[in-house]
Amino acid sequence: MLITNTDLFATWGSHSPKGFTMQVGKEKLLWMYEKMVQIRYYEETMARVYMEGKLPPAIQKGLAFDIGAGPVPGEMHLAAGQEPVAVGVCAHLTDDDTVVGTHRPHHFAIAKGVPLNPMTAEMFGKVTGLGKGKGGHMHLFDNAHKFSCSGIIGASMPIACGAALAAKKLGKNWVSIAFFGEGAANQGSFHESLNLAAVWKLPVIFVCEDNQWAISVPKTKATSVVWIADRAAGYGIPGIRIPENDALEIYEAVAPAIARARRGEGPSLIEIKTDRYFGHFQGDPETYRPKDEVANLRKRDPIPKLSKMLKDKGFLTADEEASIVQAMHAQVDSAFEFARNSEYPNANDALHDVFVNGHLNGRALV
Amino acid sequence: MKTNRILTMAQAISEGISQEMTRDSNVFVMGEDVGSYGGIFGATGGLLEKFGKDRIIDTPISETAFIGAATGAAAAGLRPIVELMFVDFFGVCMDQIYNHLAKNTYMSGGHVSLPVVITTAIGGGYGDAAQHSQCLYAIFAHMPGIKVVVPSNAYDAKGLMIQAIRDNNPVIFMYHKGIMGLPWMAFFEGSSNAVPEDLYVVPFGKANIIKEGSDLTIVTISQMVQKAVLAAKVLEEQSIHAEVIDLRTLVPMDTETVLKSVRKTGRLLIVDEDYLGFGLSGEISAVVAENLDSVSLKAPIRRLAVPNVPIPFSRPLEQFVIPQVSNIVLAAQELMVKKVALLEAQ
Repeated sequence: MLITNTDLFATWGSHSPKGFTMQVGKEKLLWMYEKMVQIRYYEETMARVYMEGKLPPAIQKGLAFDIGAGPVPGEMHLAAGQEPVAVGVCAHLTDDDTVVGTHRPHHFAIAKGVPLNPMTAEMFGKVTGLGKGKGGHMHLFDNAHKFSCSGIIGASMPIACGAALAAKKLGKNWVSIAFFGEGAANQGSFHESLNLAAVWKLPVIFVCEDNQWAISVPKTKATSVVWIADRAAGYGIPGIRIPENDALEIYEAVAPAIARARRGEGPSLIEIKTDRYFGHFQGDPETYRPKDEVANLRKRDPIPKLSKMLKDKGFLTADEEASIVQAMHAQVDSAFEFARNSEYPNANDALHDVFVNGHLNGRALV
Repeated sequence: MKTNRILTMAQAISEGISQEMTRDSNVFVMGEDVGSYGGIFGATGGLLEKFGKDRIIDTPISETAFIGAATGAAAAGLRPIVELMFVDFFGVCMDQIYNHLAKNTYMSGGHVSLPVVITTAIGGGYGDAAQHSQCLYAIFAHMPGIKVVVPSNAYDAKGLMIQAIRDNNPVIFMYHKGIMGLPWMAFFEGSSNAVPEDLYVVPFGKANIIKEGSDLTIVTISQMVQKAVLAAKVLEEQSIHAEVIDLRTLVPMDTETVLKSVRKTGRLLIVDEDYLGFGLSGEISAVVAENLDSVSLKAPIRRLAVPNVPIPFSRPLEQFVIPQVSNIVLAAQELMVKKVALLEAQ
């Protein structure tokens, strides 16, 4: 079935936009490929660096793993396997569009253009980080690229509504993307935000990345519908089901939602089936997951798939691919180097930045 | 700025918002019933007629969505004022307030500025029971990242509101229902006072000495300021000279004015309509206790606040738990005869 833009948005409810016939240029496809390669390598590098100093014998006797040790302490949620969601959506965006991400934010940040050096330094807690080391990996803020994220499930949606409201009030055709996981679709903020965006016709696109797992609880045990996109009907807005973890399919399928938002016609709800290769967080024993699940997911890895498609189309040679991979990896390596070599903040910097140009509980800031 | 024009606190707040909206097109208001109703407590009265529905926006009953949206809109350069109808409703939207609005500036290393004003109604005394009568300012003051403004009268309310809107940080502006001058709720007449028509600001972190006195210091805020003023008049007739300090803002807090006064009087009574435990009265007491090297107390510190029970409905019960003028008078009298234990001579 071929659904044209007009058909898709003539009625509310959710649709599976199989058979889109959009022409996507070589440049856009290569951009998506490069970013996916970069994101994957970033996450794999982080997975390795994150474990430094966290395993025996470097840690206290009796522990299997020490989350607070090493150069990157705290929780770490990686998005390897979910790259297509980030690039397929962000390929439509400009610096003026807003992205609000989740607790698993690196792929969104990279696809939105957040520079790797300060982003990585933030995760190392360094003074050169995006938040001068006060945020960490779940709390990345980059005003210049209108990117932010949150460690609270479902929190991206109200904030993305606000960015969309601002665009509307300023008379701009900027759009705002709220990324969230399928688990967040059961939060009250989902309901409130979709209703608010629909009733105010806000230029916001709610993008659900369904990796099937809310930490250890599978979607089937927690969610009343098979497709969260079907809930769009409850808000009188279009819902789009995207069953393939494929960058090009995602790019094509979200295009009408972005266009609709830019035209001022309101929000859409999109659900993308995607794959989480790592645990919920690094160190997650994943006892809840069938042993061979990830191995099977990796058989349908979207990156080699896009590479093959680019080669089939004559957009990419093996040599060009090698140099793309090399360049993307080099940028990541250099960002980790930058982060390692950066300084920690002074300890009493902890007392600054509660307010901008302001006071800390009545004491003027130094 | 001399004027004889008397406004209610609700009128003064609305005028402050109106004048800032005229001056700055980025300022807008959203909340439940802020439009044609003019705000349940009148804080946005007349604004819809002046600015239209694109700037005075009635919202669905979705505090998480629209307070979160205020954060998103502020990050994008606007200056939203959002109304949380009763502070008691904070439970349905606190994640957006304290995990996002209050923390994003810090977590961004000061790069994200969020000029949002949350207006909200506080206070009891009119039989609205446990879910619509609390003050709760201490909860917001406890968590870093939000400035907490609690006016006691119309003049301050206008100036503090203008300051709140101009501040580049989140501010929660908490108005007590019983001093708004509403036509449907008894109020303290002292809260309606002379308000200049011009734009002016009342700075944050500057307490107001409402009445000077030499015998004891009464530190208070919001509606309790009006009760303390009435109590001070009674005390004056008994030749007890109370100094009444209106803190005006809790974050930032003007501890210097408090300390200076207690150094003078040697006696401290804190009068608070929030809960007694872990709150404003404990904080002020601690500030004084930490400065006992430069403050010499003649009597132990005395606290009047709501004992740690929810606000009851029945009139005699509610009047019992919320400090009244007579309680303040009695507490002050007791302070005058109490003495601190003296250190044994070494």
